Amino acid sequence: MSVQAVDSDHQLARLLQIGVVLEEVVEARAAKHADTADLDDEVRALLREAAAESATHRDRLDALVAELEADTVAFDEVKQLVEARYEADEDFDGVLYDQLCNEETAYKFYADLIEAIEQSEATFTIDRERLLSELRAIQHEEEDGVEEVTQLMEGRSP
Amino acid sequence: MNSADQYLKAIYLVQETEDGPASTGAVADMLDVSPASANEMIGKLEEQELCAHEKYKGVDLTEAGIRRARDALQNYCIIERFLLEVLEVEDFRAEARQLEPVIDETVAERLDTIIDRQPQCPDCFDAETDVCSLLAHAEGVDVEEADAAD
Repeated sequence: MSVQAVDSDHQLARLLQIGVVLEEVVEARAAKHADTADLDDEVRALLREAAAESATHRDRLDALVAELEADTVAFDEVKQLVEARYEADEDFDGVLYDQLCNEETAYKFYADLIEAIEQSEATFTIDRERLLSELRAIQHEEEDGVEEVTQLMEGRSP
Repeated sequence: MNSADQYLKAIYLVQETEDGPASTGAVADMLDVSPASANEMIGKLEEQELCAHEKYKGVDLTEAGIRRARDALQNYCIIERFLLEVLEVEDFRAEARQLEPVIDETVAERLDTIIDRQPQCPDCFDAETDVCSLLAHAEGVDVEEADAAD
């Protein structure tokens, strides 16, 4: 037994929705830090860029979900949930570390999702190669994000 | 969650139900795999000193095995609660079982930041009904009734 295959449009849609929520978490946290924490311009710019990128990823995932034949629920309240539950850590190390964890988590999620789809023999409503290509592209951007935050952290370590 | 963690969680839950060593058959049933597959994985877990297997008696988790099993169970609880609270999935138990293998612990930790999980987790998980007892009401599962039937 290993990572089990995704075997239906419904299950795939659900996993993509989880991806949307993870992106929402990244976006909300990065945007909040950029607006409230005491940061220099370089870090603030990185967080704003990360928030914008997550919003794009969310839209791209939403577009994939829309192509599937699955009953899904709207979850407009996720953003409010993230903000309500999130206790901000506003010191410099905490902000960058949080951003690194967010990017790494998203990267791992896409890696597992891609593996599960690759192992699946199911036929989805959406073209499999286009689905995988889109997810790989998003995963690659998350990888770049991890590298960017890591470089920034390393460049500033005492 | 990787397959080793799924096995550890299953052994832990079967041990809770049976109040003793877990039979290989019961573990295989819980995971919907063949007894041969279960035996093979239990052997691997034994090599890692996460459990001890005694013929005709069953499998006992070691302290290290229990720790990992409880972490895995906690991740599973996060998935169930996330599906119910955030995505408003009625059949959250069945969907949690399907999604469990694809949701890594780092992802579960992030999902945990936006749900309202209780401090007693994962002790609130009811092995008999395979659901967090605090969520059972959401799906009409009567944990007390299930307990009384034993």
